[in-house]
Amino acid sequence: MNALTPARSSVHRLHLVLAAVIIAVLALLTAPMAASAATEPTESAAPVEPAPVGTEAPDAGAGADAGFTIGGIIRDGQEPVEGVDILVEGDGFSETGTTGDDGRWSVPVPAAGQYEATLDVDTLPEGASPRDPDNVTRQVTVGTTSTVNVLFPLGEATTSTVSIWDTIFTRLVYGLIFGLLLALAAIGISLIFGTTGVNNFAHGEMLTFGALGFYLFTTLLGWNVILALIVTLALSAAFGYLQDTVLFKPMRRRGVGLTQVLIVTIGLSIVVRYLYLFFFGGGTNNIASGITGNVSFGPVTITLVSLISAGVSIVILVLVGLFLTRTRIGKATRAVSDNAALAAASGINVDRIIRIVWTLAGLLTGLSGILYGLFRGVSWDLGFLILLLLFAAVTLGGLGSAFGALVGSLIIGVATELSTIIIPPDLRYAVALIVLIVVLLVRPQGVLGRRERVG
Amino acid sequence: MDWGTILSNAAGELFSPVTAAYALAAIGLSVHFGYSGLLNFGQAGFMAIGAYAFAIPVLSFGWPTGLAFLAAIVASIVFAFILGIPTLRLRADYLAIVTIAAAEIVRYVVSTVGLTDVTGGSQGLNGYNRDFYSLNPFPDGRYGFGPWTYSANEFWVVIVGWTLVIIATVLVFLLMRSPWGRVVKGIREDEDAVRSLGKNVYSYKMQALILGGVMGALAGVIFILPRSLQPANYGTALTFFVWTALLLGGAATLLGPIVGAMIFWVVLSLTGGIINGLRDIGALSFITDGQAGQIRFIIVGLVLMIIVVFRPQGIFGNKKELSFSV
Repeated sequence: MNALTPARSSVHRLHLVLAAVIIAVLALLTAPMAASAATEPTESAAPVEPAPVGTEAPDAGAGADAGFTIGGIIRDGQEPVEGVDILVEGDGFSETGTTGDDGRWSVPVPAAGQYEATLDVDTLPEGASPRDPDNVTRQVTVGTTSTVNVLFPLGEATTSTVSIWDTIFTRLVYGLIFGLLLALAAIGISLIFGTTGVNNFAHGEMLTFGALGFYLFTTLLGWNVILALIVTLALSAAFGYLQDTVLFKPMRRRGVGLTQVLIVTIGLSIVVRYLYLFFFGGGTNNIASGITGNVSFGPVTITLVSLISAGVSIVILVLVGLFLTRTRIGKATRAVSDNAALAAASGINVDRIIRIVWTLAGLLTGLSGILYGLFRGVSWDLGFLILLLLFAAVTLGGLGSAFGALVGSLIIGVATELSTIIIPPDLRYAVALIVLIVVLLVRPQGVLGRRERVG
Repeated sequence: MDWGTILSNAAGELFSPVTAAYALAAIGLSVHFGYSGLLNFGQAGFMAIGAYAFAIPVLSFGWPTGLAFLAAIVASIVFAFILGIPTLRLRADYLAIVTIAAAEIVRYVVSTVGLTDVTGGSQGLNGYNRDFYSLNPFPDGRYGFGPWTYSANEFWVVIVGWTLVIIATVLVFLLMRSPWGRVVKGIREDEDAVRSLGKNVYSYKMQALILGGVMGALAGVIFILPRSLQPANYGTALTFFVWTALLLGGAATLLGPIVGAMIFWVVLSLTGGIINGLRDIGALSFITDGQAGQIRFIIVGLVLMIIVVFRPQGIFGNKKELSFSV
């Protein structure tokens, strides 16, 4: 087992990385739980632009009096609302203004200074409500200008109070969950690349396999969730095993070049993907898992299913990590990744290891597909759509390094979600790919890759 | 089952503008992969760059067609530089991943909602070909014979498209027997050997990437001339279809990309026609209209796998000049 000694230093690094990642994730998931009871989960997941249609400032000088005036217009959509009371108080002064038939209201105040304007919610007509029900009081400073406008937007309660930090935190949690799902599949790609040198372009279809299988058993056939899970995982593992036995092992025997194998995986991806389309149709379906409900902690509200997905991913990733570092087969796998010829010379059955790797990759990727399908719905090309994110994750972490794939996946997951704060959401996958290209420019061997010549 | 129509439709694909576009894109890919050993999986990106760089100046700034062609070429050169600078020093599979990623970035960017004013968002663009058609020297009427009968405007696109294909083929022929071509082929065989002869491998690879990329961009222009510009057409599937066409014919051959593109489209049309014909006579009544189209792509994938394993040099290829050793 001399082939393993160079890997020993990396074992320590792996432990460190694993520990750091797990601690970070657990801290994020548990720490804000305590605060959850106090906060109301009013925010929706996506940051919604507050559309400024609720009110409109009156023309300058709407207050007819020569003195100081506080006023505004209250509208519900485009309709002015009549008969709404607004109480203006301050420094011993108190008066109520009522909107007219054009929705305008104004309250003359005696002098410049601080006032407080409060919308009387009870006087609002049936069906209308302030857009931000918790905040119907405005601090008004009447200074040099004679008329001060106060806005009370009406309409659906939306996210006008979400602070930038809440948004960032929400996106971060979603990014981590997404990253963990990616990691399960990315480790499969990374192991296959490490042991066989093949960039598997059909890997996305293994992901779709898990999602479609689970959808078939639970939603279409109505099986018990646990049974469906076990059968889907077994079939996924068998799918990976079959790909190796039927397709890739004979090609290794024939001595087919790596580039040819790469193109074969592209052909396989096309065949399998269109078979899915042929049998399942082109729509996006939701899996009826029977697990419903939301969990909220701090400003974040996520579905229970997502939380379970994240938990399952963490447990499985830890198990894979232990498998690779502690078991004989795991060590042999890393030895084959390191140098297949040397591993064979030291008595490792390389073909057997590759077979195990394909089976394991099928299992992990199928699980990732199940969780992803629960998270975002099932469609025939879901795996193909995130295949490039998987490649980006694997390349980011360093081609062939399983733990690099984990780190790369988390980076990609968080980067795609965080980027939606600044740029339109339909560009978020582009961000992940730009991150990939930038990293290749700066550090071609990837974040955890060994510092070797890759040119 | 109307064999006459099926065969006539299939034969019509032989010289259709789409076939010309695929042939041109495949010639570009042949320069990349066949002659230089560059694994470019982003040919759809080059085609998209060409298409948008042609259409946007015409629609937004009213540029004449000639200038718009030039814009497509310049844009693809810039794109090739952006792709090449980070990756051409790295291992070949890095170029594969970066090119496929860059092509997807292009597609995401042109179909984003925020750029709808310029790129038309996910709806795409149309109307950029009026100026091109106004240059049409052929008077109205029907041209050609049999399955190859075109209206004046179709004929104009066909002529321009296949002229570009012929020019590209001649250019590749001349380049590959020049000293430049020998160096590039040497890089494909053994990069280190060429480097030890004092050649700047990086620069040669970049030149090859640009040359093939420009051909891809022009293919993108030909592709959109007779129809509207739809960003959804420029996914990775397009790249893989061009690869299939190239490998069918043979990667490092002159006529391989052209014949490959022709076979690709004729077979696609034939299988589609036959499946629909069988449905009409009730032999395949369990298949819906959409599924008939999907079977064709299943066949494409199978053909791709089979030729790569059993005849990697393609129809015309020389087994000695295999470029799969990258």
